[in-house]
Amino acid sequence: MSDFKIGIRETSNVNVIDLKGYLDAHTAPELEDAFQKLVAERKYKIIVNCKDLSYISSAGLGVFMAFIEDVRNNQGDIKLSNMSSKVFNVFDLLGFPLLYEITKTEAEAIGKFMSSKK
Amino acid sequence: MPSEGKTLTIESRTEKLRLVREFIADAARNFGFDNESVHKIALAVDEACTNVIKHSYKFAADKEIEVAVHTRNGAFEVIIYDRGISFDPNAVHNPDMKEYLQHYRKGGLGMYLMRSLMDKIEYKSPAQNRNEMHLTKYLRSQKTN
Repeated sequence: MSDFKIGIRETSNVNVIDLKGYLDAHTAPELEDAFQKLVAERKYKIIVNCKDLSYISSAGLGVFMAFIEDVRNNQGDIKLSNMSSKVFNVFDLLGFPLLYEITKTEAEAIGKFMSSKK
Repeated sequence: MPSEGKTLTIESRTEKLRLVREFIADAARNFGFDNESVHKIALAVDEACTNVIKHSYKFAADKEIEVAVHTRNGAFEVIIYDRGISFDPNAVHNPDMKEYLQHYRKGGLGMYLMRSLMDKIEYKSPAQNRNEMHLTKYLRSQKTN
């Protein structure tokens, strides 16, 4: 039985990571691998769709922190969408909305990438 | 009168964290906490156990972590026991999150979360390589916290 699943897909010139299940110290390395793969392919416009993400701990938050600087230095971004209030509360507790754009829907996040095209 | 404690002992492997969360969530729910508080407690205990694996045991997978629940008078206390390297929690300051995020810092958020999610935290090292992290949440605080 898998506690955690990651999917990567491309849409509207943006790469979406779909998260499903629990993001903790055990599963965080898988998210790290996903980011590493995208960055290696120079894909820096990334949306993390959290619709099916049921849990996140600081290990998961740490993965975002590990990649955001490099991604932004390459004119990209990591935007987060479709978060449940339970997951959002953990982000909010740590002030992450100060650093990350968190949208209600994936479409909104795509829209933000489009409108900031250089 | 303190109620009987429940204990779960796990190997020091991150794959066991889910088991710990489920054990704690069950106990917290039975004690009367609402969903939000149950989640907060489970997350705090997850962070504590993750710290033991990372820092006390340096990822050695053959050690033990004991997670005990004690309840009395509206207080729900979780004690995480380990036999690894001790540390001084007073030396771990909560980061200034604005500065932390601005400078893309990494790590050290586990303690911050534990302190934010629980009502009381106490760390004891009663003997060399015997450590206890006590995390307490009060039933009465769940509406305001």
